[in-house]
Formats: sequence, C-alpha cells, structure tokens
Amino acid sequence: MSTPVAERLGGATLRHVEYVGSLAIQLRDALGALGRTLPFVGNQDRWQSAIRQMLAVGVGAFPMVGIMAACSGFILAMQGASELRRLGAMEFVVDLVTIGFMRELGPLLTAIAVSGRSGSAFSAEIGSMVVTEEIDALKTMGIDPIEFVLAPKYLAALIVLPCLTIICNACGILAGGVFMRLSTDMALGVYLKDVVHSMVLRDVVMDLVKSLAFATVIVHVGCLEGFRVHGGPDAVGRSATAAVVKSTFLVILADVGFTTIFYLTGGS
Amino acid sequence: MAQLPGAIWTGPVISVRDLVVSYNGRRILDGINLDISRGETMVLLGGSGSGKSTLLRQIIGLERPQSGEILLNGVDLAKCTLKDLKNLRRSIGVAFQNAALFNSMSVEDNIALPLREHTRLADSTIRLMTWMKLAVVGLAECGKLSPQALSGGMKKRAAVARALSLDPEILVFDEPSAGLDPIVAAELDELILGLKRAFSMTVVVVTHEMASAFRIADRMAMLYKGSLIAVGTKEELQSSTHPRIRQFFDRIPDKIADTAAIDEYFQRYLERGSI
Repeated sequence: MSTPVAERLGGATLRHVEYVGSLAIQLRDALGALGRTLPFVGNQDRWQSAIRQMLAVGVGAFPMVGIMAACSGFILAMQGASELRRLGAMEFVVDLVTIGFMRELGPLLTAIAVSGRSGSAFSAEIGSMVVTEEIDALKTMGIDPIEFVLAPKYLAALIVLPCLTIICNACGILAGGVFMRLSTDMALGVYLKDVVHSMVLRDVVMDLVKSLAFATVIVHVGCLEGFRVHGGPDAVGRSATAAVVKSTFLVILADVGFTTIFYLTGGS
Repeated sequence: MAQLPGAIWTGPVISVRDLVVSYNGRRILDGINLDISRGETMVLLGGSGSGKSTLLRQIIGLERPQSGEILLNGVDLAKCTLKDLKNLRRSIGVAFQNAALFNSMSVEDNIALPLREHTRLADSTIRLMTWMKLAVVGLAECGKLSPQALSGGMKKRAAVARALSLDPEILVFDEPSAGLDPIVAAELDELILGLKRAFSMTVVVVTHEMASAFRIADRMAMLYKGSLIAVGTKEELQSSTHPRIRQFFDRIPDKIADTAAIDEYFQRYLERGSI
C-alpha cells in the first residue's frame, strides 16, 4: 500500500527541519568550543590539529582553486568582451571581471572547490571514526568529539577559506588582465589600475563575509554527515557523497540569501 | 538513592532499574533490572540482537535511558547534567570491540590522551605513567608504534591500557575475544583476571564466547530478546534448565535444516536442469 502524499510530505518536512536543527545545535556547540582551539589561550594540541587542517584544506586546495579561478576569469572576460565589443564598451570588461569575482565568483568557486575536496574528507574521516567506535571512545574518555574533532577543522576553514577566496579573486582578475592584454593590447599596469578603481570596500567585506559563511556550511554539513553515519564502510561512502551534494546546495542557497541582502541594502 | 556529598557509596557500583530502550517503536531492552557489586566480574551473555551491546552502551553512559534508571555509585545517569555525565564517564574505562585506537597517533599517545586531556601533569610524568600502563598489558616495547602495526590481540591490549589510563573504578569490555584466535583470546582472559586481582576493579564483560565467560565471570546475566532471563553465578547458570539458556550453552540452532527438502530441491534441479 502506498503512503499518502500528505504523510510523505510531512515526513520529508520533519526530516529537513530535524537536519537544520541538528546543524544549528552542532554550530552552537562548535562556537562554544572554538575558543579552546585558539593559540595561546586554548589547548595547544587543538591548535596543532587546526594547523594540520589548514595545510590539508588550504595549501592542498591552492593549485585547484588557482587554476579554476584563472580559467573562469578568462572565460568571463571572453564572454563579456564578445557582447561589449559590439557596444564599443570593451573597458567595461575590467569592471565585469572585478565585480563578478569580488561579489560572486571568488567565494563561490572557492567554496565549491573546498566542498568537493574537504567536505567529503571531513565526513569520511568522522564517519570512519564512528564506524570504528573512535567517537564513542572519545565520549567514554570524557572528551567532547565536537571540540576534539570538529572545532580544529572549523577554525582552520574560517582562517583558510577567506585566504583562498582572496587568491581565487586575484587569479581570476589576473586572467581577465591577460585576456585584455591579448585582445586589446591593454597594458597589465593600466588594467590593474582600473581594477583597483572599480573595487569598493563594501564588495571586499561582502566577499570575506560570504567566504566565512561558506566555510561554516562546508565544515558543519561535512562533519554532521560524518557523525550521522550508521552501519559499515558503505555508509561512510554514502555520507561523503551526501556531504558534497548537501554542502554545495546549501552554499548556493546561502549565496542567494547574502546576495539578496546585498541587493536590498543598495549594493547592486 | 541520592548520595550525600563526600559519603562513600556502599551499595552496588552499577544498578539498573526497570530499564526500557526502544528504537523506532521496537523494544530493544524491556524492563532490565541488574545490580553489579563492587569488585565483581559480571559477564553479560546473549546471542546476536539480544540487546547486550545496547545495555552496555547504557551502562557506560553513551545513551540515555528512555525509561528506568541507571545508577552509577548511586548517581542516576538519566538525571545528571552533561558535565556530571562527563565526569562519571571518567570512572569507567572501556575497551571497545575493535579497540578504537586513533590511527593518527602512536600507541603511546593513544594511552596518554586521557591524561593529557584531564590532568595538568608534566609530559615526563605522563610518559612514565603511559609506559607503566603499557607494561601492565605487556606492550612496554610497543609505545612508539602506530596502532596499524599491531596485531589484533595487541590492539585489544593497547585498548585495555588506554582504558586503564585514568585508573577507573569500573572496567568494561565489549566482546574481548571477538576476532582473536583461542590462544590470544585466552591471554586476554588472563589479563582481565590479572587486572582484577591487581586493582580490585569491578569488571563488566559483554561476550558470547562461553569458554571466556566461564573463565572470567563471578556472575553472569543472560539476555534474550531484550529481557534478562537469568542472573547468577556460573554454576547456577550452568545447572539451569531454562530452555533458552540450555540452547545457548549447548549450541543448539534455532531451526534445524530440513534435509529432506534440500534433497528434493537438488533432485528437481538435476532432473529439469532448472528449479
């Protein structure tokens, strides 16, 4: 017998509400534990662990983010130029690339790259710790798994994602400059001067705020998927896939929210 | 049952009262009552799905009871705050079925972890204490190795050393003999007996290995489909006439295979070339 539509809809809604609630509780606990992960004032073992995570999340993602950003910057400049050339407004390609990266592509591309690389790694690592009872072992030793496992990852992502976003912006904008040099003979110095001219502080702030929000989404979704693993190794694989899919989706959803706020407060 | 501050608890170390646990409407534990006295070794026996691991998780405070009480030295786990629960857990050392050692750390660092987290001892003191715990379980030379370099039996002994690191009052073993050959399993039984003699600990062991259970138990509790069907000394359980206990002890399968049906199946297959 098939389940009534209303019942299925209600069940799905409850599951989603429960998921968001679990994320909120985890975020609250992680924010509480974040202080104990800081250098000098916190537990030095946690800080060491955060540094290892920064190397894994940030340094490891650097080439991928750089190449993705350079390609996207070049593509954006080409696509923009093909339209703007007809209007005789080639100089606006500089604004298009700069604003496009600062407001949108920089944080988004970085978040998607980190979500694919590290979101799945977080969930697989924690998921296998659940399967091998390491998380239970931590609890029985009176050690909070959120503080021991999640907080160093969160701190690392909060530090590394804005840095990667800045690198992503730089690579994307420079690639735009290379295109302009090749297509219009615009000197790189002139291009960069125009870039600085079209940048506003509000965009820079928005860029960094978005990257912090995306870091939060990626770490918490990845870790929650790991903590919710039930069963054997196949469940770990499923959780890694779910972590990437859900964190990418939630990053885009958060992006819509931030861009709407930005638009409504007069930024666009 | 409340304990006066500073008073020494003289009642059972672990007391389970009318414990009920359900998952998705299915009762996993149904009205469990069990007392474990100070210094005794209690073996929880039961087949797969009998609820013994769930009972163990309740006793060590990994899950909160939905109904009923679990008293640890007179303190109810269901009613205490998270902070108290965290402190209570430190009086229990747990050796998990799969050892649950952290592969990212050396064996030595695994054992030192609870001391680093909960004490302000100097690193040299922690190293000495860690070495002593490893020596107790016969792994004094293996501290620098990665857990991945240890054999199954050595991993379990390292897990025991970690469980001992905060000098717990209660030592809990989840399936200590699982996955080990009979000689290594017997060595682990001797280790449990040795620890009990040396430290007068209360020991709780979940197992379905009968030889191991009879070697180490002072008392045994038998679980069947979420209920305790017998609690007593090993002699009492061995002489029990309860059909489920007899079935478990005498290794009688639930359903005897119908050999006539199997023969008929193969006959049909050979005659027709298909079923």
